[in-house]
Amino acid sequence: MPIIDAVLGDFFWRALIGGLGVALVAGPLGCFVVWRRMAYFGDTLAHSALLGIALSFLISVPVNLGVIITCVVLAVALVLFSRSKTLATDTLLGILAHSALAIGLVTLSFMPDIRVDLTGLLFGDLLAMSRHDLLWIYGGAALILGLLTVLWRGLLMSTIHEELARVEGVPVERLRLALMLMFSIVIAVAMKIVGVLLITALLIIPAATARRLANNPEHMVGLAIVFGFIAVSGGLTLSWHFDTPAGPSVVVTAFSVFLLIYGSARQAQS
Amino acid sequence: MTDEALLELKQLTVRFDDRPVVDHVDLRVRRGDIITIIGPNGAGKTTLIKAVLGLQPISEGSLTMTPGLTIGYVPQHLTLESTLPISVKRFMLLSGRPQQACRDALAKTGVEHLFNASVHHLSGGEKQRLLLARALARRPDLLVLDEPAQGVDINGQAALYDLIRGLRDELNCGVIMISHDLHLVMAATDRVICLNQHICCSGYPADISHDPAFIETFGQPVAESLAVYHHHHNHSHDLHGDVVSGEDGVHRECSHAHH
Repeated sequence: MPIIDAVLGDFFWRALIGGLGVALVAGPLGCFVVWRRMAYFGDTLAHSALLGIALSFLISVPVNLGVIITCVVLAVALVLFSRSKTLATDTLLGILAHSALAIGLVTLSFMPDIRVDLTGLLFGDLLAMSRHDLLWIYGGAALILGLLTVLWRGLLMSTIHEELARVEGVPVERLRLALMLMFSIVIAVAMKIVGVLLITALLIIPAATARRLANNPEHMVGLAIVFGFIAVSGGLTLSWHFDTPAGPSVVVTAFSVFLLIYGSARQAQS
Repeated sequence: MTDEALLELKQLTVRFDDRPVVDHVDLRVRRGDIITIIGPNGAGKTTLIKAVLGLQPISEGSLTMTPGLTIGYVPQHLTLESTLPISVKRFMLLSGRPQQACRDALAKTGVEHLFNASVHHLSGGEKQRLLLARALARRPDLLVLDEPAQGVDINGQAALYDLIRGLRDELNCGVIMISHDLHLVMAATDRVICLNQHICCSGYPADISHDPAFIETFGQPVAESLAVYHHHHNHSHDLHGDVVSGEDGVHRECSHAHH
């Protein structure tokens, strides 16, 4: 189909289509990040993505796969470590987040024959979205949305009251693992758009914005997706017209919408 | 009422770092039983309940439960993350029960009118009733409550314990609860278990307040609690007719302690 070819042949449209796919899953997952207070946790996973990239080059596996595997391993390690309670969780996350990022950067510097666009990885790159990436994004999105639909009730229940959920037979630990896997996937695919340093923002800001207007969990998810769409399309348009970095532009747009909603809601209240 | 035990604990022990928190506890719960666990802070009440619920691994002893038992659990609090918007309706439907069953359960605990309200806007007492309704919607064989009357005012507490008794009759379920409201517990329960790591005594409410072990372990706080209660309410004439004998017993001990 020539029209699809024309659209996919244009880097701006590729980035936009990819970005919308990312926002589609960042909405629901971002709600869980907000509900379960996992913002710093998400940040830690995202930081480790760079390590995943470095390792993928080292053992030559596809970058997306390498990132997913690294994130999952780190997530499981985090859950196990935080159980021992020798260190406060935020200390532990701080150590792992920055160590993973640093190890990733150091490892990359040892591979001079591999040219990586570091700024693109850290802050996102409008030009970097390939057709191949689009496949990854929509494949990942389909998998995540499928998992979320099947696991929704249990996930929500264990978020509301973990012990009550456990007594009612919800497999809380397995669901936590599934959620980690979904985070890892979304980090691997969102990396291209917003960069590893800003992924958490794309998860949290639309969800937090949605909270102001929502009265049920599903309602909040729907609104978070809409605000994610606005952030991505607005940010990428900004990036295209003014040649600003893609990731920060998306986050700035998301933040503006957040301020707008909270500002107007406050005015409506008073 | 049959004699078959829904739940049987034999020499159940839970240790935290070698320190026994629940120490060789034997307990049988049958259909229709209301068993109340009382004890000082740190006596292992919550740990014991969590072991029953399967939330706490057991270090020693055994826990046998009738297979296929449905447990209704009413936790101490419903602390909802403020970022998670949810209505009473949605919260009830998460139990997986049909809407009509959820409404009926809410009606039984007296909060059906809040069906469309946000859970965030409920008072402490309403939240407790919501949690109870949530447990009921599952039509439990065994109802486990961890201080169900916390944050409920004194009249509401009496009503809540009455409600629990009524539900026991209706569902023919077993009930285990933890409570600090000694005076109300004495009226509403069949059997009281005084826990201080081990079971130091158990029996009918009227008898137990005379038990030397009870007075020895709980004498001071219990006497104080009941004395305070008695003092506050000795000019009110209704509500606690049943308690009088048990209360008198402890009250006497209390005056002994003072002289």
